[in-house]
Amino acid sequence: MAELIASRPAAGLVPVRIADLSLTEESFGALTSLSPRRGAEGALGAALQQAHGLGWPAPNRSTQTDGARLIWFGHAHALLIGPEPAQGLREHAALTDQSDAWVALRLAGDGAEDVLARLVPVDTRASQFETGHTARSLLGHAHVSLTRTGDDAFLILGFRSMAKTLVHELELAMNSVAARKGG
Amino acid sequence: MRIPCPICGTRDRREFTYVGAALPRPSDEEWGAGWDDYLHNRENPAGETRDLWQHEAGCGAWLVVTRNTVSHAVLGAELARGATA
Repeated sequence: MAELIASRPAAGLVPVRIADLSLTEESFGALTSLSPRRGAEGALGAALQQAHGLGWPAPNRSTQTDGARLIWFGHAHALLIGPEPAQGLREHAALTDQSDAWVALRLAGDGAEDVLARLVPVDTRASQFETGHTARSLLGHAHVSLTRTGDDAFLILGFRSMAKTLVHELELAMNSVAARKGG
Repeated sequence: MRIPCPICGTRDRREFTYVGAALPRPSDEEWGAGWDDYLHNRENPAGETRDLWQHEAGCGAWLVVTRNTVSHAVLGAELARGATA
């Protein structure tokens, strides 16, 4: 049987470094979407807490531990990043493996908010969008999940098939922001 | 135009997809004037109207949005699930 070589969704596209800004690819373990069965949100939250130490996130929020992150991912929907999900969760939720479906980009550096302001119709300034806050929105024309992971760092999850478009859009905006700063 | 999604908060129009008039589904099993109205006949009101929108690029929820076609004011939005049509 042929030995296939796995490639990252953004292989050959990143890293992009412009002035103080950087765009790199994140490599996580498993990505699993969780949708609680109707009325099972409470039971799922308890099971998650016990199995992974993570609470069920409120809308537009995420929860995390050292090795795992749980991002609110839509109406009755969250994405578990990092560990393989505990089997016991299946009792309370529909679980779907999404590991190869998404490209995970990290936009970081002074001016990252200005880059996003050019592309995303959501206010991502720290006063409105704190570390751990998340949103499902658009980046250009592409649907993304956007999470602030630090003072000047964001996690951008997009469809794998849109990786090239996302990097292109972000690189253009990074260049524009750097040019405005005279960098 | 901004729509107050009950889940995500107030968001830009470009995140939403217009679906159509929010109408109560007829309860009768037999074909009748109620089904004609539900499928085909639409009001075109100058004033307040209720439509279905999907927060497609956001949380994915279906919403019933109340808006005014004259002033363009968006008056409110609620989840379509459980909404009174």
